[in-house]
Amino acid sequence: MTEPAVADRSAGERVPAIEAVDVSRTYQLDGVSVAALRGVSLTVQPGDYLALVGPSGSGKSTLMHLLGGLDRPTGGRLVIGGRDVNALAPPEMATLRNETIGFVFQAFHLLPRTSAVENVALPLVYRGVSARQRRERAAAMLGRVGLGHRLDHRPNQMSGGEQQRVAIARALVTEPTVLLADEPTGNLDSVTGAAVLELLEQLNAESGVALVMVTHDQEVAARAHRRITMRDGVVVADSADPSSAHDRPPSVDHGRPATLVSAPSAEPRSASGSGPGHPSGGSGGAAGATGRLPHDGGTA
Amino acid sequence: MRVAEAWRVALDALRANRLRSALTMLGVIIGVASVVLLVAIGTGTKQKVEQQVEGLGSNLLLVVPGRIEVGNAPVVSPLTLKDVDAVTRVVGDPDRVAVTVASGATARAGARSDFTTVQGVLETTPAVFTRSLARGRYLTGTDVDTSRRVAVLGDSVARALFPDRDPLGQQVALAGVRFRVIGVFAPLGQSLGVDRDDEVHVPVTAAQRLWGTQRVDGIAVKAPDRERIDELGERIVAELNRRHPDTEFSAVTQQQILGVLGDILGVLTGVLAAIAGISLLVGGVGVSNIMLVSVRERTREIGLRKAVGARPRDIGVQFLLEAVLLTTIGGLTGMALGVGTAMLVDALSPIPAAITWWSLALAFGVSAVVGIVFGVVPAQRAGRLDPVVALRTE
Ligand SMILES: Nc1ncnc2c1ncn2[C@@H]1O[C@H](COP(=O)(O)OP(=O)(O)O)[C@@H](O)[C@H]1O
Ligand SMILES: [Mg+2]
Repeated sequence: MTEPAVADRSAGERVPAIEAVDVSRTYQLDGVSVAALRGVSLTVQPGDYLALVGPSGSGKSTLMHLLGGLDRPTGGRLVIGGRDVNALAPPEMATLRNETIGFVFQAFHLLPRTSAVENVALPLVYRGVSARQRRERAAAMLGRVGLGHRLDHRPNQMSGGEQQRVAIARALVTEPTVLLADEPTGNLDSVTGAAVLELLEQLNAESGVALVMVTHDQEVAARAHRRITMRDGVVVADSADPSSAHDRPPSVDHGRPATLVSAPSAEPRSASGSGPGHPSGGSGGAAGATGRLPHDGGTA
Repeated sequence: MRVAEAWRVALDALRANRLRSALTMLGVIIGVASVVLLVAIGTGTKQKVEQQVEGLGSNLLLVVPGRIEVGNAPVVSPLTLKDVDAVTRVVGDPDRVAVTVASGATARAGARSDFTTVQGVLETTPAVFTRSLARGRYLTGTDVDTSRRVAVLGDSVARALFPDRDPLGQQVALAGVRFRVIGVFAPLGQSLGVDRDDEVHVPVTAAQRLWGTQRVDGIAVKAPDRERIDELGERIVAELNRRHPDTEFSAVTQQQILGVLGDILGVLTGVLAAIAGISLLVGGVGVSNIMLVSVRERTREIGLRKAVGARPRDIGVQFLLEAVLLTTIGGLTGMALGVGTAMLVDALSPIPAAITWWSLALAFGVSAVVGIVFGVVPAQRAGRLDPVVALRTE
């Protein structure tokens, strides 16, 4: 079940798993436009390990939904697995998600009254895999996340850590190219959370599935190959961008809760004060006046 | 594979909410059961009437004065036995012609009495109307020719007057005149609430003398074959019209009677079924309602399924199947209930009920259609849910 993606990482020319070019996402709320993303460019390569950080309301989840093809951008170009999502109808988007993306959510989102193995097998149902093969592959995947002995347990018979492992197995059973994890440890205690993180990193290293993870843990973010910091719907720092001198040092936040991580002092601000309309949503965004950094969306 | 999953999930959903599913089905169950029951009663009644009309004898032609129409007042008959002779000449075979002159009368035997219908008839009656005797003999030509005061009792009359005695050879007073019992009919039973065994046959000549009349109420002819029955009827009516220019005559066949009765009962059955169908509709609205609840409850599940690759159609089919399962399981239960009730009604009450395959197939089909019709809106709503919004739902 291991993929040759590890080799890809060292190869010179790589086909991006996901490519976002200047994507924006504006919500219409009672006639008022809320710009959750305002021009984000990002490329996820096969095998990458990417950490997405930023205060609450900065648009991380919105970006994850776009990257996973759960949502569509209102502007810009988004290519997932070589396919431009603007050209895809909803059923095609569903198939694309099934084939290339694995999601891990903060809230696990397991089906109740359904065994672990059936939960893991669910994505294979929509791929038309036979019941026997589904069970085989789901059981094998549960073994890989250390739950080979919990096949027929139901979510309410498992701990939070176990439930999240089931969710990880479900995300990987289709052998996707990208695993999107939005605060996967947000509902877990620190010890359990650390184990889940270790598992994710191990799977990324072993199978070569690209890992994009939203986290508030700066230590974790530091371990990632690449760290992207968001604020008010834009990328304010990207560790992979050589021109970026603005990467926030992990020490600044001292592991404070995300909602409080607004310290503008950490980032140099451009005087131009670009956005006429600040997103009204997140507390972080409200606290920190947004500056569009010179490198902002610079990859475009 | 996807459809199999949809079935499994739909069944699971019903099982997870047993009580709610059962209550929702109840509307459909009652609707289908009442359709099945009412159609069974309509069909049973129609079959029984047909049986009885056919039981009168085959190729029967009834000739009566006046026009046979619903609401027409009966006409006093101008017919006499001379007219019967004329009709016999037209028919060409005296054995095929029967007559009746009937009147209500009190029959008395000893201390017992019974109000019944006395029919003056010819000896041909059993052959023309296919009637059989339980005991004794029927009237003979001589009985008729000589106005002999002999009587054949219907089963109920025999029981009423002679509960513990053999009626044969006994005397019975009809309207005060004594007749001798020579036979008892085999029982015919009830027909549309009428006791067909409540009658006494006597020679037509004796009956006319009893009431002091020359009148004959009607003539019945057993036609030699079905093809020429209408033509024979026309010839008889023409002959009678010639003899009685002032009176109209009608000749009706069993087929015509069956046609008229069948139409009336058919309309009646349809109206009953339609009324029952309304309750099925109400049941369908209940299904629609509960499906909307089900979609709302499982919004997060829908979001998750979409996230892992379910297409809008996969979700839609899942919910549509849930609705169809609700109504078809309800439909099958309703059918069982309807059939059971119909059988009870048929066995324990005088109302006849007959189950027909088409009514069951129709009831099942309708319940499936109700599921589709009332499930499609909730299913579409589920299929179109935005996965991001769905996943965020609490
Ligand atoms: N469905 C929505 N309708 C309106 N506004 C939304 C919706 N989803 C998110 N937002 C807004 O978009 C911004 C970014 O949200 P989100 O991506 O969830 O941030 P994060 O995950 O970084 O906390 C916030 O201001 C939020 O209020
Ligand atoms: Mg978020």
